[in-house]
Amino acid sequence: MKIVRVEEIEEAVMKLSINVNYFIRDELKEAYKQALEREVSETGKEILNQMIQNVELAASEELPICQDTGVAVIYVEIGQDVKIEGGNLYDAINKGVSRGYKEGYLRKSVVKDPLFNRVNTGDNTPAMIHVEVVPGDVFRLTFIAKGTGAENMSRLAMLTPAAGVKGVKDFVLKTVAEAGPNPCPPVVVGVGIGGTFDMVGWLAKKALMRKFGSRHPDPNYAKLELELLEEINKLGIGPQGLGGRITALDVRIETAPCHIGALPVAVNLDCHAHRVGVWEK
Amino acid sequence: MMKRITPPLDDRILEDLRIGDKVLITGKIYTARDAAHKRFVETINKSGQLPIDLRGQIIYYVGPTPAKPGYVIGSAGPTTSIRMDSYMEPMLKAGLKATIGKGYRSWGVVELLKKYKAVYFIATGGAGALLSKRIKSARVVAYEDLGPEAVFELEVEDFPVIVANDIYGGDIFEEGVKKYREITLPFKIERISEV
Repeated sequence: MKIVRVEEIEEAVMKLSINVNYFIRDELKEAYKQALEREVSETGKEILNQMIQNVELAASEELPICQDTGVAVIYVEIGQDVKIEGGNLYDAINKGVSRGYKEGYLRKSVVKDPLFNRVNTGDNTPAMIHVEVVPGDVFRLTFIAKGTGAENMSRLAMLTPAAGVKGVKDFVLKTVAEAGPNPCPPVVVGVGIGGTFDMVGWLAKKALMRKFGSRHPDPNYAKLELELLEEINKLGIGPQGLGGRITALDVRIETAPCHIGALPVAVNLDCHAHRVGVWEK
Repeated sequence: MMKRITPPLDDRILEDLRIGDKVLITGKIYTARDAAHKRFVETINKSGQLPIDLRGQIIYYVGPTPAKPGYVIGSAGPTTSIRMDSYMEPMLKAGLKATIGKGYRSWGVVELLKKYKAVYFIATGGAGALLSKRIKSARVVAYEDLGPEAVFELEVEDFPVIVANDIYGGDIFEEGVKKYREITLPFKIERISEV
């Protein structure tokens, strides 16, 4: 049995909060550079250049890439042979978020009540925490700092089975097209297909947490990911929505079995900063 | 060609701005986002005194990160403008002449900008670290209790923006997409609307 102490979890979450907000991942920076080579719009190229300068400045001076340092969405995979010692898992995660957002000079963007009492909690907690029990003794934390510009433009639809592949594609394209400049394109598109109403949104978020450029294990979906990426990049939205060929950097799909009468689809957009980090023990 | 402006903005300056123009702003601008707008408009509706005189001014939709020691401000890029659309008319009536944000405005606001002779600028979304370098000072002038949503007076130097909506009803996003779209879509694309 593997032991994971809550102090280690708190420390890991604290560091992830800061690191994902200051330092862009190499594969994403590479994607910006490739986008710059493929973009034809002069304004689009200018924006992509600013994005590259911005992430370089953020890393060198240890500043947040974007002022919306997001709500912390944390996916915890706990092997069934893992024991957590020293306290409560959820408290440890929230303490890590609170420390990271304070010590890292990150913006606190969470209000305690959505409707009647929109008062800032002051430390960016609570995090949105999803826990799944998995086989073995792995303990893995995936952290995504989710800004609301892209989150607000995300959509969910309960299609019918007759809508099929075309229905799913049209819904994804429509979501990205209507989002236009708002989610800070070039975006990363997470698509959930299947499951139930509650599950499909989570699948889309999980797709965003997957490795950049990774393909679905089923070749049908892997092909669909690439087709969607190509078609999205024909929408003409371009960097910051000012027109151009680079509207998305990656499309990833997560799937689940579903009811005989259902075809749920969710599209979770992420901005070009796409701040994801992983800690594993 | 780069245009340079300094607030307060008068008709002569506004008449010269066209969608796509690259503009550098130098001078004092104010920040406000969702919560501050709610208070502004509640004050206007009660015929109260606003904490700042909006006449001829520019509002930047931003909620910066806290300043690290030795810095005047943290990361400070634009937020999505459409969330402020339902507050636009009273703000324009109070004399506001320009806003800076990211993303499109609802068609209702595009019309209001024409009606009240005001412009909408965009700054590069997500370039918060880079844009912070053009901010020379920052001080809270209202609603300090709102934290990152407080109203700051910013002194900016060569702050880079692009005209997205001008006083003539032009819209940069429509133009851009038209030029680069290479796919025929079987559905109509609707702009979300808050007005």
